[in-house]
Amino acid sequence: MGKTFSKPEALSDQHTHYCPGCTHGIIHRLIAEVIDELGINGRTVGIAPVGCAVLIYNYLTCDFQEAAHGRAPAMATGMKRVRPDLIVFTYQGDGDLASIGIGEIVHAANRGEKFTTIFVNNAVYGMTGGQMAPTTMPGQRTTTSPFGRNVEEVGMPIKMAELLSALETPAYITRQSVIKPKYIVRAKKAIKKAFQYQLEGRCFSLVEVVSTCPTNWGLTPVQAIKWAEETMLPYYKLGEFKTPD
Amino acid sequence: MGKILMKGNEAMGEAAIRAGCLNYFAYPITPQSEVAEYLSRRMPEVGGVFLQGESEVAVSYMLFGASACGARVFTTSSSPGISLMSEGISYIAGAQCPAVFVNIMRGGPGLGGILPSQADYFQATKGGGHGDYRLLVMAPASVQEAVEMVMLAFPLAEKYRNPVMLLGDGLIGQMMEPVEFPDHLKSEPTNKDEWATNGMDTRGSDKRNLVKTLFLNAGKLNEHNLMLKAKYDRMKREEIRYELYNIESDYKTLIVSYGTMSRVCKTAIDNMKNEGLEVGMVRPQTLFPFPENAVYEAASKESCKIVVSIEMSMGQMVEDVERCVKGKLPVKWYGKCGGDVPTPEEVVEAVKSFL
Repeated sequence: MGKTFSKPEALSDQHTHYCPGCTHGIIHRLIAEVIDELGINGRTVGIAPVGCAVLIYNYLTCDFQEAAHGRAPAMATGMKRVRPDLIVFTYQGDGDLASIGIGEIVHAANRGEKFTTIFVNNAVYGMTGGQMAPTTMPGQRTTTSPFGRNVEEVGMPIKMAELLSALETPAYITRQSVIKPKYIVRAKKAIKKAFQYQLEGRCFSLVEVVSTCPTNWGLTPVQAIKWAEETMLPYYKLGEFKTPD
Repeated sequence: MGKILMKGNEAMGEAAIRAGCLNYFAYPITPQSEVAEYLSRRMPEVGGVFLQGESEVAVSYMLFGASACGARVFTTSSSPGISLMSEGISYIAGAQCPAVFVNIMRGGPGLGGILPSQADYFQATKGGGHGDYRLLVMAPASVQEAVEMVMLAFPLAEKYRNPVMLLGDGLIGQMMEPVEFPDHLKSEPTNKDEWATNGMDTRGSDKRNLVKTLFLNAGKLNEHNLMLKAKYDRMKREEIRYELYNIESDYKTLIVSYGTMSRVCKTAIDNMKNEGLEVGMVRPQTLFPFPENAVYEAASKESCKIVVSIEMSMGQMVEDVERCVKGKLPVKWYGKCGGDVPTPEEVVEAVKSFL
């Protein structure tokens, strides 16, 4: 009997530094599987964010650039403009993309830059130690909202997929999740579509992925999945918001 | 090719193309927006990239991303815009990517004004962004020199894998002068396969490249900074450029001045010579590395009694001049910061007042 399942070649042998129950590892693997299936590892360049996933280049084997906080879409723009033949993706968290880098992502999307963004939304700043993000849920306690996010003071969480899909230009905007196997299967399909669209020369694509952060949420991995499902998914609705056709 | 009459801003844009740089990202700001306007027409003609970014912050990272995958890149801006780009410049220097930044300075701080200034000397030479990095900084005093410095900047940026900055002022950008684009300053981009993230297939390798600035290990970061310092030390040995003026005379006063201001000083020096008053000048063409020995030697001349730093800033270069004079002579400052360039008569008056 032949080998039916193995680690993607685009994934390295290193153990990740992620906490138990963190979903970055799953998302990394989905990207690696897609890169393998499309046979594009040799022409792919990733852009690592500032945040927990800054070390993504230790786990994926393609070329990588490391961005400043929020600036990955500008770097991807520069790269794709001078080397349209490369396959370029940014991997960004919610503090990175929805807060400090919101200008860069909106304008890159609106110009229709031909790269792909994987946007990991776990409703909190991870690496800096659990501060409030623009995506933090109402009432959610973080180290900078110790009494819970007060929407009277700081407004409601930003729905990035909806916000970006209001733009005319982008090719593909979707929100997925990886908190359950059925969602993982769909997320993989969405990530593959996003890369395929880029290969076809279509413009900007973004896959938002609703994720967990048990450590900074102060929950066990199992509780974190339950919380994400009960609190985040009703607000961050899954689905495709914009497709090329 | 003969000389043609061109505005400084347009000439610098053309110079980049002639130097083999076909990738330009920018954000409009007075007094240098003509570079973007010119290149928005010109880049399509030569099959190059022109992109107007959403901010100077974004533009600096467009340069970073494009440079990191091996392309020759440049941008132009003016003082407040360079402040915004300084974040990206720190990353580009830390990641050792070549890039060329042109700062056509206007008055500051804040919005300041839109008239010529030299008030970004500290920012350019001491580090506008965070961390231990340096830029190779060149200061043109004419449109022709701006053209030549732009053309030189690309191979220098590649030689050091470091950003190079041209520090001009609004007058250099706005003035029209006859220029030519010397063929001998054309250069081929270096092969960057060893480090650029241009895709493994591009370089026929199965070894991936990584462009980064993060070193979580203290020892590794220290090593990285020592390696950067070695590059800056090499610049000090190999890249110092300066011009001496009336240096053979028995001058009592030595002027140190650069850019547009140095041209006014030359006229003032000629006028004083006609009156029988000798004044010498060192004109730094590189501000980092600074012509330390040239200033020291010129100040060491037996006849020299005083050194004056003349600049369109509140004396930002004085510290460097003092450092080079090593306490041998008093160092004075004269200048203006509002955007009105001092006249030769004002320079003469200032020089006489210090005697």
